[in-house]
Amino acid sequence: MTNILICVFSTIGALAILFASIGIVRMPDFYLRLSVTVKAATLGVGLLLACAAFFFPDVSVTTRAMAIVFFLILTAPVAAHMIGRTAYHSGTPTWEGTLLDELDEDYKKQRAGLLEDANKEAAAAAEIRRSREADSE
Amino acid sequence: MTLDLYFDYVIFPLLTISVVLVFYRLFKGPEVVDRVIALDLIITIGIGLITAYSIRSGQALFLDVAMILALIAFLGTIAFAFYLDKKK
Repeated sequence: MTNILICVFSTIGALAILFASIGIVRMPDFYLRLSVTVKAATLGVGLLLACAAFFFPDVSVTTRAMAIVFFLILTAPVAAHMIGRTAYHSGTPTWEGTLLDELDEDYKKQRAGLLEDANKEAAAAAEIRRSREADSE
Repeated sequence: MTLDLYFDYVIFPLLTISVVLVFYRLFKGPEVVDRVIALDLIITIGIGLITAYSIRSGQALFLDVAMILALIAFLGTIAFAFYLDKKK
């Protein structure tokens, strides 16, 4: 009974990992590759670790496998978010079929805001310089 | 068919083909970030391979190695993202 369960889970897990790697080869764009890879690979490794938890009749091994799954589910989206943000900021091109880039507008506003701040800073520095010149006179 | 034979003939070949496919993207990847996620995926598949091998050989100790590898993969990706962000 346990063997059948392990067979089913490990097959689904290995197939999920295989689909993730096919996706990273075939997808046309970095962002699509990222979105395909992280979820499918996490699912596959999670299922394989569930197999290990079923296979060893030991509480410590089950706890360890659950800890690894928990850690993977916790950290994989964070790492994917970080690397996706870096890719967007460094100007990685999108696929020509991309229809909508909602971040573009937000960052346009932010860039304009940064420009305003820079102008304010320059004006303040000029003011300080002028007052110093007035003092020295 | 025993579980060991099933792992030898189905699970390990599937995982190995996956690693080879991801290596293709690691070598080809047009941008640095492509290579970073390919490396991350290779380490994740490595965790799966270690788990399958620990089931196949009956040694639960290998799961500790898988845990350390998960930690290193996360830290590596974060570090790559941090320094690529700083570079521009």
